[in-house]
Amino acid sequence: MSDEWPLWEVFVRARRGLSHVHVGSLHAPDAVMAVRNARDVYTRRGEGVSIWVVPSAAVTASSPDEKDAFFDPAADKVYRHPTFYEVPAEAKHL
Amino acid sequence: MAASDERDDAFHAIIDADGRIEPRDDMPDAYRRSLVRQMAQHAHSEIIGMQPEGNWISRAPSLRRKAILLAKVQDEAGHGLYLYAAAETLGVSRDELLERLHSGKQKYSSIFNYPTLTWADIGAIGWLVDGAAITNQVPLTRCSYGPYARAMVRICKEESFHQRQGFEALLALTRGTAAQRAMAQDALDRWWYPSLAMFGPPDTPSQERTATHTEQSMRWGIKRFTNDELRQKFVDMTAPQADVLGLRIPDDELRWNDERGHYDFSDPDFDELFRVISGDGPCNEQRMAHRVSAHADGAWVREAASAYAAKHATAQQEQVPA
Repeated sequence: MSDEWPLWEVFVRARRGLSHVHVGSLHAPDAVMAVRNARDVYTRRGEGVSIWVVPSAAVTASSPDEKDAFFDPAADKVYRHPTFYEVPAEAKHL
Repeated sequence: MAASDERDDAFHAIIDADGRIEPRDDMPDAYRRSLVRQMAQHAHSEIIGMQPEGNWISRAPSLRRKAILLAKVQDEAGHGLYLYAAAETLGVSRDELLERLHSGKQKYSSIFNYPTLTWADIGAIGWLVDGAAITNQVPLTRCSYGPYARAMVRICKEESFHQRQGFEALLALTRGTAAQRAMAQDALDRWWYPSLAMFGPPDTPSQERTATHTEQSMRWGIKRFTNDELRQKFVDMTAPQADVLGLRIPDDELRWNDERGHYDFSDPDFDELFRVISGDGPCNEQRMAHRVSAHADGAWVREAASAYAAKHATAQQEQVPA
């Protein structure tokens, strides 16, 4: 078995009012060190005001193989978009 | 075989539409191998690249220059880490990548096998070596592999500081005493051709050694310009900057060609490039020995941090009520 430190996914909130966004990953022995390493690796120029780290092994993702079947149900429901509806031009603020 | 053809079709459809391949997409083995090789070599170069500049941290001429150089060397470490992490999305482990560097199975940029003899070399590296790196790297921000392209966006933003600080450091010397100007010129004389060699072998098949990976990499959208195109771009950008510095680029052939709309220049010695790549540069042994011993000397830190993490994980589990 490898004694390599586990991999963590790093998410950074660029500034207040924005959500955390994935910026990359890094290795660290534990969560505390992962946050500290993430600060040094991903926020050397004030890129963030908050950091999340998540063990990469804890991420469950949809499978790219079933991409079509998985997302298809949304494709034929154009009536979910406001532009589907035709309304007279004189009806304002719609 | 039908299933694998179908998967290849999906891959090629994305490439043909200039889309991005993401880690869990199906991709041809050769594409994966080629990317791992290129990204690992790129990451290794960033890590080894800390050595020639680190050589001058303790001897920087002022506190300002020292703080700048520290920040730059720290950036190089960061760039290496972005790239290793991006390479790992292709299923190769960090330990494997480091092992391939330490055993010499994978290379790093030949430029870092040249010594930094004077303070002016630090300026020349920032201006020329980072300038060449930017020329190479800006097109990589549009590379077909998503994680590589995203890492390159971050890196290019930071490289801009590297190049400007180098130019400014040289400018300070060229505006100084005659001895300082001579030191700046000497650095340019030594770093010019190794910097041109950073773009790799020439494109033309008439040469004995040609750019072996270029054609396939361009079809896959990993590479956007040929070695010679990038080399020309670099010379066109850099020649007028040398004039601003009042330094002479050490090439009698260098002159503006109105017809071509580019500078004419003479190629670097590609035999020397291949000698340095194959291990016979001025500093190859020193760079590798330092890299391997730094890794070995840090082993106890990695082990202690792992032991501490394991101990605290156990303590936390024991605290959880049954």
